[in-house]
Amino acid sequence: MKEKLILVGNGMAGIRAVEELLAIAPGQYDITVFGEEPHGNYNRILLSHVLSGEKSFAETLLNQRDWYAGHGIRLETGKKIVAINRSRRQVIAADGSIADYDRLILATGARPILPSVPGTHLDGVLTFRNIAEVEAMLARAQSGRKAVVIGGGLLGLEAAWGLRHRGMDVTVIHLMDRLMERQLDAPAAALLRRSLEERGLSVETSAECQALTGTQQVEAVRLRDGRTLPADLVVMAIGIRPEIELARQTGIACRRGILVNDALQTDDPHIMALGECVEHNGQLYGLVAPLFKQAKVLAQQLAGRGCARYEDQAQATKLKITGIDLYSAGQFEGGQDCEELVMEDPGLGVYKKLVMKEGKLVGALLYGDTANEGWYYDLIRNASDITELRPNLLNGHGNIGDAGHGAHVTVANMPDDTEVCGCNGITKGMIVQAITGKGLFTLDEVRAHTKASASCGSCTGKVEQILAFTLGGDYNPTAREKPVCECTSLSHAQLRKAIADGHLTSLQESMRALEWKTPDGCPKCRPALNYYLISTWPGEAKDDPLARAHNERVHANIQADGTYSVVPRTWGGLTNAAELRVIADLAEQYNVPVKLTGGQRLAIPFIKKEDLPKVWGTLNEHGMLSGFAYGKAVRSVKSCVGKGLCRFGTQDSLGLGIKVEKLFWGAWTPHKFKMGVSGCPRNCAEATIKDFGIVGVDSGWELHVGGTCGVRVRATDLLCKVASDEEAIEHAAAFLQLYRLEGWYMERSSAWIERVGMPYVKQRILEDEAGRKALAEAFWEAQAHAQTDPWQARAESDAPDYEYAVIEALEAA
Amino acid sequence: MNFFKDIAWVDAGPIEAIPAPGARQLRTSEGNIALVKTSSGDFHALQDACPHRGGPLSQGMVYGERLQCPMHGLNIDLHSGEAVAPDQGCTRTYPVRVEKGRVFVGLSAIAECGCACAAAA
Ligand code: SRM
Ligand SMILES: Cc1cc2nc3c(=O)[nH]c(=O)nc-3n(C[C@H](O)[C@H](O)[C@H](O)COP(=O)(O)OP(=O)(O)OC[C@H]3O[C@@H](n4cnc5c(N)ncnc54)[C@H](O)[C@@H]3O)c2cc1C
Ligand code: SF4
Ligand code: FES
Repeated sequence: MKEKLILVGNGMAGIRAVEELLAIAPGQYDITVFGEEPHGNYNRILLSHVLSGEKSFAETLLNQRDWYAGHGIRLETGKKIVAINRSRRQVIAADGSIADYDRLILATGARPILPSVPGTHLDGVLTFRNIAEVEAMLARAQSGRKAVVIGGGLLGLEAAWGLRHRGMDVTVIHLMDRLMERQLDAPAAALLRRSLEERGLSVETSAECQALTGTQQVEAVRLRDGRTLPADLVVMAIGIRPEIELARQTGIACRRGILVNDALQTDDPHIMALGECVEHNGQLYGLVAPLFKQAKVLAQQLAGRGCARYEDQAQATKLKITGIDLYSAGQFEGGQDCEELVMEDPGLGVYKKLVMKEGKLVGALLYGDTANEGWYYDLIRNASDITELRPNLLNGHGNIGDAGHGAHVTVANMPDDTEVCGCNGITKGMIVQAITGKGLFTLDEVRAHTKASASCGSCTGKVEQILAFTLGGDYNPTAREKPVCECTSLSHAQLRKAIADGHLTSLQESMRALEWKTPDGCPKCRPALNYYLISTWPGEAKDDPLARAHNERVHANIQADGTYSVVPRTWGGLTNAAELRVIADLAEQYNVPVKLTGGQRLAIPFIKKEDLPKVWGTLNEHGMLSGFAYGKAVRSVKSCVGKGLCRFGTQDSLGLGIKVEKLFWGAWTPHKFKMGVSGCPRNCAEATIKDFGIVGVDSGWELHVGGTCGVRVRATDLLCKVASDEEAIEHAAAFLQLYRLEGWYMERSSAWIERVGMPYVKQRILEDEAGRKALAEAFWEAQAHAQTDPWQARAESDAPDYEYAVIEALEAA
Repeated sequence: MNFFKDIAWVDAGPIEAIPAPGARQLRTSEGNIALVKTSSGDFHALQDACPHRGGPLSQGMVYGERLQCPMHGLNIDLHSGEAVAPDQGCTRTYPVRVEKGRVFVGLSAIAECGCACAAAA
């Protein structure tokens, strides 16, 4: 029996903890969630935008009911837990229902503080915490009516702005002499006040509310100085207090919040807590960033990884009022032993203040220009030494484009603490340290050791620049002279040549002949070796499925949840009613959606592995073929409508697109290979960012090569102009064959061209006509062996189906 | 201590039904297991969930005494279930025995994984 885990509080911190837990230990617990609010978990932060009308409530939902169901989580909404029986390990809800737990998480959040003045019970007096309150505010927020917001902190100002945006007359009353005094100093607060007043808000500082007046409905706010402000709506936003009623009644140790240790454990070993309801080292919380860190730690604890510890970090605040850029982090007020760097330009509405102590940045306050907030935050969080940076600190650091372009700014002056890989939280310093400490030379090695650029890959350019900078003359971007991997001393070039010279045609034979150091190779060399074999000896070499990367082995893309996507070919992007019907029927049969891909085709996602053969059986029956959407192979040929339909078309791009795809599909290439055909230079098929792009002009076709728009964007180089379809096809075949034979495995055509240079490509394809024809001829010969649909081939084979069938264990053997 | 005493052995079918070096998914009452056969003919059984983000290890590439997760490329040692450095984490392993050409995997009564993260818990 699984242990029972109960979460009380269906809010941002609690559900994040559950998500983190599911990510590392799916299925370990039997989970039940109790929430007082009647909804799934929503993004409370965005309530400000719901109030202002910039977002709908639906857009704030983080977890819909089917998310809970999909993870086997029992969700009890609208159920407040009113008691915990710790000896029997049960929680009791307001409606009397009882549930057992082995482990309990309290994530009850916080509740707004009400000032002790008369009249807070009147109709029209609201706080700003949940969607029900936002809806109540909106019901009263008619244009021209009057609202008073009590409290000029972050929440109060966002409420005021939202109501103003809805057309109300809004006054903010604030007890202190400046707005947001916990985050702003006087000059920044003055700038903020000015911007708010320009937006039509009235602001009263040093003003104290003495009473709310009215009979049933609130009518006015009376101030201590005797003034009375008429009000149809009053919003109280003077602060929040941890919601600890339940914990306190149960006898769990609390001070201002529920007391937790670094493992987020309360004083009852079966009960953990996180979020705004807790107090950790005397600290309370009001922003999500630290809560999400708590969620990670708590999940690791629940998954049995007891080493995880939660530590507090400097907190940073941003105000979410459209058009106001404000950022505040750490100790912005300075004080003893602190130095301040200040830059002020009232004309531009810019104010920046950096507070330093003992050579470290301890606080940052930015108004009007918040471009460098991330960098400053890193410096504060990491307590970095800033003596060297000081001269340029206020200006911020030169931004390096993610793609690594903008070569004029170098990584040299990028501080070590700057986060380079956002997905994995890897800084420049960590990368440099791995390169120097572990003797790394290639991007792949950096990925393996640090995870930098290993997730979405958008920082690859930056990581490569750091490599180049750190290694200096030692760095060779392709580094292909180095061995393919640790299993061999051969480089890619040597390996390919050895296969050709030795007429090697199988994996085992090659490994033996070339003295591989490991019995089976590794995930790096096995697919490379297999590719070099089949591209060098088409029809002759044995293609080894067990040497193929997973997606190629199973002819489909594995997806985040372990299901697969099915992408049939859509020749040139053109389909018809019959094909659409087959796809629609399959989507209905398997109860999955249909996705339009970026490559102009229809994908059927979420197919279970064991169903793949059946889905493809149906598609094959209707003449539809695999789109190789998973492979290092010729992918889609994207095409615009062209001359036949479009008033600007100069050539029949659709016709050529279909023709090209029918001729080229099925070819295996060093990396994926994409093609596009546009009917005129308006280039609606985006042919100039494809590996091979064809663009129609009045006199024929322009041929472009080496484009990509993936991790890095590279526009194509113009190869030449040709007059006819036949010439275009011959050039494409020759180009493809040259790349197939000379590009390294996992090297896109763009990278290959940058390595060998366009003059070389032109020399082989244009200047040497006989050579071109020979290359094209070799390509067509290879195609004769390559154009097999993997699914059709599978269906016709009588080999047992080990790949797609699962084994059901025979129990009680 | 008789380690194998309480183990419930389940029959996972004939040894030739698993390609080598390769793996298949075995469905059991205690969850999915990656049943692995190395090129030298040894069998290993691991919980079919990668310590990184739960990827199905049974779909990974098997090489030597290791396997690579198909999702994001974590490498797992087949003997210990531990991620190969520099990665961290571990997945549970199960005992396997071969008898009369069939593979049996032992469920239940298995100690937790042996790596440092469990010891610290
Ligand atoms: C399905 C699709 C997204 C969509 O829904 O639109 C897609 C899905 C994936 N892409 Fe893509 N790419 C898709 C169009 C693109 C495009 C746009 C295009 O083709 O016009 C690009 C940029 C163009 C380019 O390639 O230059 C693109 C650039 C990438 C890259 C980066 C390649 C690079 O060299 O920079 C990867 C990663 C890789 O290949 O290593 C990638 C990898 C992937 C993988 C296969 C990730 C993986 O390894 O599992 C995704 C599979 C998701 C899944 O669950 O099935 N996908 N991908 C598109 C399929 C098009 C098709 O019909 O075949
Ligand atoms: C308008 C607004 C704007 C904000 N803007 C920002 C921002 O810009 N940046 C930022 O970082 N943070 C912001 N915050 C703060 C952020 O939303 C909170 O820090 C975060 O939601 C706290 O998460 P939590 O899980 O601790 O509490 P909550 O998200 O409040 O979740 C607690 C849940 O528990 C439920 N509950 C309580 N007691 C019980 C019980 N006994 N039984 C059952 N259920 C119970 C509550 O109904 C609630 O749904 C904002 C908050 C608001 C209200
Ligand atoms: S489909 Fe492509 S862009 Fe989208 S998440 Fe997957 S790899 Fe990234
Ligand atoms: S899930 Fe296995 S590597 Fe990410």
